[in-house]
Amino acid sequence: MRDVAVVSFAQSKHERALPGINEVEMLMPVVGQVRDQIGLDKNRVGFTCSGSTDYLAGQAFSFVMTLDGIGAWPPISESHVEMDAAWALYEAWVKLQMGEIDIAMVYGYSKTSPGDLPDVLTRQLDPYVYAPLWPDSISLAALQAQAVLDEGGTSEREWAEIAARSRASAKNNPNAQLTGDFDPEAILAEEYLVAPLRKHDCPPITDGAAAIILAADDAAREFSKRPAWIRGLEHRIDPQSLGVRNLTRVVSLEQAGEAAGVSKDKIDFAELHAPFTYQEVLAKRALGLSDEVSINPSGGALAANPMMAAGLVRIGEAADRIIAGEGDRAVASATQGACMQQNLVCVLEGE
Amino acid sequence: MGKIKALEGVEPVTMIDTPARLDYTFTAGRATSRFLKGLEQKKLLGERSAATGKVYLPPRGADPVAGVPTEEQVEVADYGVVTSFCVVNVKFYGQAMECPYVCALVVLDGADIATFGLIQEIPYEEVRPGLRVEAVWVDDSELGTTLENIKYFRPTGEPDAPAESYKEHV
Repeated sequence: MRDVAVVSFAQSKHERALPGINEVEMLMPVVGQVRDQIGLDKNRVGFTCSGSTDYLAGQAFSFVMTLDGIGAWPPISESHVEMDAAWALYEAWVKLQMGEIDIAMVYGYSKTSPGDLPDVLTRQLDPYVYAPLWPDSISLAALQAQAVLDEGGTSEREWAEIAARSRASAKNNPNAQLTGDFDPEAILAEEYLVAPLRKHDCPPITDGAAAIILAADDAAREFSKRPAWIRGLEHRIDPQSLGVRNLTRVVSLEQAGEAAGVSKDKIDFAELHAPFTYQEVLAKRALGLSDEVSINPSGGALAANPMMAAGLVRIGEAADRIIAGEGDRAVASATQGACMQQNLVCVLEGE
Repeated sequence: MGKIKALEGVEPVTMIDTPARLDYTFTAGRATSRFLKGLEQKKLLGERSAATGKVYLPPRGADPVAGVPTEEQVEVADYGVVTSFCVVNVKFYGQAMECPYVCALVVLDGADIATFGLIQEIPYEEVRPGLRVEAVWVDDSELGTTLENIKYFRPTGEPDAPAESYKEHV
């Protein structure tokens, strides 16, 4: 295996809605920054991979238009996944492992504001049985949350504390959307949005973008004094039909975490993509993280949840902390699909 | 697999209709919005890239070659040169034009990328690359934030442009 590292990360200032600009105009400064802050000439990027989906912007082939913001001339080697860009990072990592290139750029973005997100997300369900019922994303999360609650071991109070801790941590994150000091008692006194979930158990709806530069071996050392080396990178998937899953466990995340070697050594901090509060409990269990591990120092997806980018942001946030020397070993996760159906785990280490 | 008794003899489902509709609020973006607002005043507003010097029309806010924002607004002429064309002879549902008619790519003077338009007021067999054409606009009372403001292009009567002058666009 080649040593591959995250050497640069950039993200937009995440907002509920960026009404005046299109996706290209939102993404371009982020892509510019991720290259410029390490002095990378775009012509040295051997492979570019993006994650986005047309369903969010409501525009066919929107990812092709976004290439206008990348500078695709002379012709570049490029790919796209209809997934969170954490999976685009996986594809780029595989490309780097093949040894034909040394530097790759990954980006993900979405303008979620043009449509109604909980309804749009019903379109990712199977088209025969679930999608015709239009079960919105919050209701499906509530279904899972209730199952988790019934099984025991967690509580609505714990979820309120996760919400409060996440938004308090996000006060130090200049790109976060939803920050501040919230009292778990006050959160618990709120009405349910969809029982057992309250508004604070849900992620904000976000327009935003993120980008990462990956580099292998010597190229990584050229661009960073302390690269964030990827020591494990795995993704797994659970069945699409909710009826055949035990919703109180995320088996695909357990398997990805084990394959990525999360438990092989001490984890200093974790950036978990857990858009709903109760999902942090599930992710922590699935990865076997102890209470000593600092969870989501960035505020996580509860502070900003740009669809198709929030998973990549977890990897970027974890890498930035490794690069800055705030820890030596971190785990980042990305999730996608209804009730955490698809999961990716990335273990990052400094040296 | 065991059989479900209640379903014995029931006709299998071979097809279902699942209608879906989603509504979106489309954002053209800063550059394209400036372009569309210009059209309302019969102005064609392109944007120049500082990196390559190219003027894009309609602008999308980015220079696709360099991947940098285009920041300088440039008014482009409503006349230019035909670089390529197609005589449409095929009828299709919803067709607004009578066959045969001509669709063409026109590089407007001051722009570095071709615009799509209809060519009229000339027999279709006389349309050719190099033909100089000008825009025919709708009446001022009908102007909107749309490229439909230009009904079609017609010959200006100028001599043809030399092939050398538009070879980059062919």
